[in-house]
Amino acid sequence: MTPALLALSEVSRSFGGVRAVSALSFAVAEGEIVGLIGPNGSGKTTVFNLISGVFLPNDGTLTFAGERLVGRKPHQTCRLGIGRTFQIVQPFNSLTVLDNVRVGAFRTIGNPRRATREAEAVLDLVGLAHKRDAQPPSLTIADRKRLELARALATRPRLLLLDEVMAGLRPAETLEMIELARRIHASGVTLLVIEHVMRAVMSLSHRVVVLHHGEKIAEGTPQDVSRDPEVIRAYLGEEYRPA
Amino acid sequence: MILFFAYIGVAWNILGGYAGQFSFGHAAFFGLGAYTSTLLHLHYGVSPWIGMLLGGLAGVLLGLLSGFLSFRYGLRGPYFALVMLAFAEMLRLSFETWMSKSHPLGLPIPLKGTSLLDFQFKDKGRYFSIVLVMLIAATFLCHRRVRSKIGAYWMAIRDNEDAAEALGVNAFAYKLLAMAISASLTAMGGTFYAQYFLTLEVNDVFGVQISVEILLSAIIGGAGTVFGPLVGAVALQLLAEVTRVYIRAFSGFDLMVYGCVLILVIIFLPQGLLAGLRRPYRALARALST
Amino acid sequence: MLILQALLSGLLNGGIYSLVAVGLTLIFGVMRIINFAHGSLMMLGMYVSYWLFVLWGVDPYLSLIGSASVLFVVGLAIEAALVSPVLDAPEHDQLLLTLGISLVIENLALFLWRADPRIITVPYLAVAPMVGGVMVSSPRLIAFIVSLALTAVLFFFLRRTDLGRAIRAIAQDREGALTVGINMRRIYALAFGIGCACVGAAGGLVAPFYPVDPYVGGVFVITAFVVVVLGGMGNFVGALVAALIVGLAESVAAVFIPAAMKQIVMYTIFVVVLLFRPQGLFGARRA
Repeated sequence: MTPALLALSEVSRSFGGVRAVSALSFAVAEGEIVGLIGPNGSGKTTVFNLISGVFLPNDGTLTFAGERLVGRKPHQTCRLGIGRTFQIVQPFNSLTVLDNVRVGAFRTIGNPRRATREAEAVLDLVGLAHKRDAQPPSLTIADRKRLELARALATRPRLLLLDEVMAGLRPAETLEMIELARRIHASGVTLLVIEHVMRAVMSLSHRVVVLHHGEKIAEGTPQDVSRDPEVIRAYLGEEYRPA
Repeated sequence: MILFFAYIGVAWNILGGYAGQFSFGHAAFFGLGAYTSTLLHLHYGVSPWIGMLLGGLAGVLLGLLSGFLSFRYGLRGPYFALVMLAFAEMLRLSFETWMSKSHPLGLPIPLKGTSLLDFQFKDKGRYFSIVLVMLIAATFLCHRRVRSKIGAYWMAIRDNEDAAEALGVNAFAYKLLAMAISASLTAMGGTFYAQYFLTLEVNDVFGVQISVEILLSAIIGGAGTVFGPLVGAVALQLLAEVTRVYIRAFSGFDLMVYGCVLILVIIFLPQGLLAGLRRPYRALARALST
Repeated sequence: MLILQALLSGLLNGGIYSLVAVGLTLIFGVMRIINFAHGSLMMLGMYVSYWLFVLWGVDPYLSLIGSASVLFVVGLAIEAALVSPVLDAPEHDQLLLTLGISLVIENLALFLWRADPRIITVPYLAVAPMVGGVMVSSPRLIAFIVSLALTAVLFFFLRRTDLGRAIRAIAQDREGALTVGINMRRIYALAFGIGCACVGAAGGLVAPFYPVDPYVGGVFVITAFVVVVLGGMGNFVGALVAALIVGLAESVAAVFIPAAMKQIVMYTIFVVVLLFRPQGLFGARRA
């Protein structure tokens, strides 16, 4: 078995009295696309925040490529090779699309001109090249999500954390985004995807981890997980019995 | 004087306009620079030029200290601005207490003659060229940085610090860098001021007034642009001159005018005059080319 | 004995600070705006008091009504014309705006009334009874009592009346309040107006024993900021308690260190609180 690129072991995190994440353990191998799903409030974004270093876990360890993640700040985890997007997009509003991506590119490139070229290449990949001089406020939601993606991609991550990139997209846009995710994965990036749009995450992921109230309740291939009674109960409530 | 305020504005702009950390207390660096060079000059005969560099160094140190404290504890936006103001005021009061015993009327700088070495000139024109050089140097520095990694990171921090961090930007370090540069340039400006007016009074260089004047040209002209402070300085000084001619002036009148302009700019042209001028300029250019 | 005297004047000052701070914290709590111009508004209140006294012989305590009303109106005007356009602007722009306002007001005052300090002397206030060996300055005592009374009235207003509840609703949860149909524009205007009225009244209370000049606002605004930060931005009760604490600290400190340094103590408290406990002693009311 290939060594895990990202490994969480018994990770817990509480806020006040609320246990957002509880004794969570799972791993992501290099080259996988793993989906992280669960009803609202199940702690998914908290997991991302724990991985990227926004919060410290109360318990447990997180490792990435053999390195401890705990105690690293977000810019340090990025340096290790973890990129992330935000559920609510956070563009740099006063910068053009190109300049937004340049900021990401500077992560690995020091020279301004080469950074520009790298940014342009990334924009090509995500399909935003024609909007390079636009300002984020003038973009559609789909384009803003693409920008968010491009920016994180420009940092040359080994693992990319995608937080609900499909949210708010029309069906056609969702298909495009799925295609884009596949393209990015094909270029060698491991993906950990939080998603509510079931269609997307089930068709994209090799494996799926299901969270509920901060605990892992199921893990496996999309097909297995979608048939798991625990999962169904979590999403639809106790009352539901499969026909 | 226009050039001077433009210079100072550029210095502030590095921290305020680019890195997005508005400081209301730049007087701290200004006064520190002025006093460092002057005291060294008076007590130890150090040439004002060297004093200026040392003042710049002092500025860096103070900047790093205040920056470290503020950024380490996550002060942002208006809280940062106010804390910097607090620091400036604390320095002012300390110097006031210290100086009032020995020089209650301010620190005069003896006329030593009119040589370059002594940084004193009879002809105001010489001052003009010096500050022009300083301005050009500072502006050039600014311009270079804008397209570079440092500039990009600063602007990213300004727009969204958390997102920048997620992209690998060590916000803390870069903010400190901006602070250090801004502080040292401001401090050197303080030395210039001292040498120009040849007397040094605590409230002049450490007061809120100077903090405000420092940030005014950048804000009004356009924070976060290379030439904003210059435009702002020109506009402000012209306005001050014009109103002084037509309306009976009194001390503090400048400030009132500045206050009005500030209010108007914030309400109608928050990006500053430069941005406001850009639109008609573009429209004009388009009209002319068809 | 000196300490006791200091404690007393500190307490009395604290009452006044609470009135000033409550206005500031109200504006912040409701509109999320840090009103830099608060000090200059207080100065206006003092001048109103002064002129009413000098021109028409109005007793300073009666003219309180005048100061408060004038400032209320001024506050409404400022809010409507200058503040509401920037309600959605970034916070530092709002701060700059209030900075601009304070510059204009201060220098306008300088222009109209020049920098010489004016003093109101009211004969019946010259009495300073000695209570248990400690001198009680009557104007300060009256200022204290009235300040607390006004603050209490304000609390009552906020707690019990519909309008007051609407204000608190907006302060606690802006969106929720909107969905319930509360007229935000009116509330904002009202909050700002009341905040200014408070500080105007404070100015009127202070005028009898404090020389009035255009820069007097600066001194009080610093203290007001320290109080508000200490008590928690937007926390009304916190502001009251913090005001008393600050008043006491200030006076006691003045016993041991020279006057100019006293302000440094203020600033230090300010910085320390912001750095290490930005929510103040009692926690800020988050919207």
